[in-house]
Amino acid sequence: MCGIVGLYLKNDKYENKLGELFEPMLIAMTDRGPDSAGFAIYGDDVTGDWVKFTLRHPEEDYDWAGLTESLTGALGCAIEWMQNANVAVLKLEASEASVREWLGVNASDVLILSAGQSIEILKEVGLPENITSKFNLSRMKGSHIIGHTRMATESAVTMEGSHPFSTGSDLCLVHNGSLSNHNRLRERLKREGITFETENDSEVAAGYLTWRLNNGDSLQTALENALKDLDGFFTFTIGTKDGFAVMRDPIACKPAVLAETEDYVAMASEYQALTTLPGIENATVWEPEPATFYIWERK
Amino acid sequence: MSNDINKKNATLKESATFDRATMAEIRRAAETGIYDIRGFGAKRKVPHFDDLLFLGASMSRYPLEGYRETCNTSVTLGDRFAKKPIVLDTPVTIAGMSFGALSANAKEALGRGASIAGTSTTTGDGGMTPEERGQSKKLVYQYLPSRYGMNPDDLRKADAIEVVLGQGAKPGGGGMLLGQKITDRVAKMRNLPKGIDQRSACRHPDWTGPDDLAIKIQELREITDWQVPIYIKVGATRTYYDVKLAVKAGADVIVVDGMQGGTAATQDVFIEHVGIPTMAAIPQAVQALQEMGMHRKVQLIVSGGIRNGADVAKCMALGADAVAIGTAALVALGCNDPRWEEDYQKIGSAAGFYDDYQEGKDPAGISTQDPELMKRLDPVAAGNRLANYLRVLTLEAQTLARACGKNDLRNLEPEDLVALNVEAAAMARVPLAGTTWIPGQQY
Amino acid sequence: MKEFDLATTTVRELNQALHEQASDVTEKEWTVTNPKGSHNLAVGLDAPVNVAIQGHAGYFCAGMNKSANVTVHGNAGQGVAENMMSGVVRVKGDASQAAGATAQGGLLVIEGNAGARCGISMKGVDIVVKGSVGHMSCFMGQSGSLVVCGDAGEALGDSLYEVHIYVKGSVKSLGADCIEKEMRAEHIEELTGLLAKAGVEEDPAAFTRYGSARQLYTFKVDNASAY
Repeated sequence: MCGIVGLYLKNDKYENKLGELFEPMLIAMTDRGPDSAGFAIYGDDVTGDWVKFTLRHPEEDYDWAGLTESLTGALGCAIEWMQNANVAVLKLEASEASVREWLGVNASDVLILSAGQSIEILKEVGLPENITSKFNLSRMKGSHIIGHTRMATESAVTMEGSHPFSTGSDLCLVHNGSLSNHNRLRERLKREGITFETENDSEVAAGYLTWRLNNGDSLQTALENALKDLDGFFTFTIGTKDGFAVMRDPIACKPAVLAETEDYVAMASEYQALTTLPGIENATVWEPEPATFYIWERK
Repeated sequence: MSNDINKKNATLKESATFDRATMAEIRRAAETGIYDIRGFGAKRKVPHFDDLLFLGASMSRYPLEGYRETCNTSVTLGDRFAKKPIVLDTPVTIAGMSFGALSANAKEALGRGASIAGTSTTTGDGGMTPEERGQSKKLVYQYLPSRYGMNPDDLRKADAIEVVLGQGAKPGGGGMLLGQKITDRVAKMRNLPKGIDQRSACRHPDWTGPDDLAIKIQELREITDWQVPIYIKVGATRTYYDVKLAVKAGADVIVVDGMQGGTAATQDVFIEHVGIPTMAAIPQAVQALQEMGMHRKVQLIVSGGIRNGADVAKCMALGADAVAIGTAALVALGCNDPRWEEDYQKIGSAAGFYDDYQEGKDPAGISTQDPELMKRLDPVAAGNRLANYLRVLTLEAQTLARACGKNDLRNLEPEDLVALNVEAAAMARVPLAGTTWIPGQQY
Repeated sequence: MKEFDLATTTVRELNQALHEQASDVTEKEWTVTNPKGSHNLAVGLDAPVNVAIQGHAGYFCAGMNKSANVTVHGNAGQGVAENMMSGVVRVKGDASQAAGATAQGGLLVIEGNAGARCGISMKGVDIVVKGSVGHMSCFMGQSGSLVVCGDAGEALGDSLYEVHIYVKGSVKSLGADCIEKEMRAEHIEELTGLLAKAGVEEDPAAFTRYGSARQLYTFKVDNASAY
């Protein structure tokens, strides 16, 4: 069980403060999820043939310089990279597939947290406030961000089991609730070519959406299919390159609150996570209806 | 002629799959079009504590003498956050059973017997009666999905609060009480029309999931000014995860009820085919607590098929802090007593077999609301019987503990046990007798 | 007037002070500032005091209320006035799901909208909602009244017992065993009283009454699909 939060900026007014506005939202959800926390921030996009990866190694003194040198040497591509605690953010002029392949063979102890042209996922075991300070969330900029605090239910408290889950390019999902048919779905999705790192039900939901989007579904259609095929209790917040979506299952027992102003749309498991946002006193505050999709996308 | 019949009977072969009881049930279903509802716990044989044995004293381990070399049986429950934890003289407590399922006399008898023995009783899915609060010195108040009879005055009178997610007989099922037991008094307490079949919710109305349960537990603490311990009760299913989540949600005490746990009424298929044996649940619960550094800090009560002091001692050895008895307590009061054999026969049953608690025609006057039948149970005499039985359970457990060299029941450990068969060894996580083998340990 | 600023004091201190009024009312008027969605505000009250919460409340606000008047000048999270026994709870904004859950008495007024499961398992409370209610409202409602001036979501009154439900707007769908019923003089009178108690101006004649068909009161095999 968990706390989930999300912030989507409708214009660029607060882009430089995205992390600063988001940090207290995540920390407010600590009681709902003391085991681990993570967030996916969208911004600092790359374009054209470039791709962005966030990679993680358990040791903070890992030789990222060495890794990136070998990588660019092998692929013959341009690169910009930076380190944030035990995570490195790499921008490369290469295909996502070729980078994944190289890493799989030459650096199998490096975990790929996310890939795409905008997304950066950072997550870790521990209290939310430790994670936000470790990664310097308050200094980050971007257009939208979703986050999660975890109370592990049927799987272990591990790094890999933390949310957000990304199973596709620029896609991520956070989940509050408990699916009941994820085991068989996981097997079916594996046969469709989706790979999984954990036994976690939320990862199955992320994998399902990736599969649908890979098969040409729009985000709306993918969510409609998810509603049919996923069983259990869930509130999902989903991030895509240009978008942000919230949905609840038809029974809708798990909480969700939305707040909208001229400048942003915010989502949280509990209202108290939204109280520090600018203009919240005058925001339109409502709860999403069950089995209904709320999608915001920048065109 | 009789020779022919004997020869014929010698060739009759019963099917293990379609035995006579199964065929009778199929006929009953075909006749009525409704599932079979009954009381009691799982009746089929599953691996249980009889499959475990204590090792006892030896050249390396010395027993304690009786009497002067004391073996402590008292236990404190709920000292994690509460200002007033519960201190019991024996680790055997009385499990939650509702007024409605049981008669007022039966609830009073349970209170009397428990108080004499220095232990607690628990209300059930129907609220707190003055008889039980009056007689029971330590009363645990259940907080269930139905919220029948729930009110803050009784909450403040309770010595502990038990948030019930489920019970071993029907993990995932709500309460059930049929019209014949919904008398004026029961109807009033539960706020239902008299004589109807009660439909019950299976989930709590205002929270779902451990993250929201944590907030609900805070509410209960706030209402009672943090005075009393909060228990969480679950039926034994995914016990390892459930216990971890119960700790994270803020429980002071966790109650795990195995599949052999009783009920007053539910579908037979639910009782027999959902949940895991009590013995398989305990090591999971203890492992979860140990991994969180909470063993003995958040206490563990186990229930479901506890019958004698050996069962009590084995639960303690596997790591429980206390146990709860339900069915056994009712039998001690007089349930299924052969003295009522004629009456059992009249309602299509027999002493030792009676499980139709839902009918409300209990000849022993326990699981009934019929005023005439109720009179057969004298609360004072029955209370004394329960107190005697609790005393025997405690003495038996002490005897076994002393034989293993322990001066405290909670010093019993899994290493004091061995198993008679592979299933019990795997479930209880103790070696097969005569070997060092614990099956499945690497998983 | 006693003021509690939750920016500088705790919910525990607030509730403790309010609980002490149960033995002797020394202060009738209370105001709580900076609630910011905190949970369990003014729970377990047992005294005829007036509590004003200046802002949004979290879960279970005024839970198990007895005798007190609690007003939330904002929205309330899930389970507002759950298991209330008596007194009045008023939410000026919206209420989240399970408003008035299992409540046995008193009056709950929601001036905005209520979420899903409004009045779930209610056991005698009167609930008046000026706006609309979400799905599964009055699920297993046992007794009391639910008045909805707006619309009702799916499965209204599913598995209903004896609650009187009055809805002025549309009902998306009715739950198992919940049917439309005749509005007779005694119902108009009851509804008039409830609207007056809640301080809501509406014409009772514009409402439709819903109640239990009572077909699920004893199990009949022909109703098996309802389960």
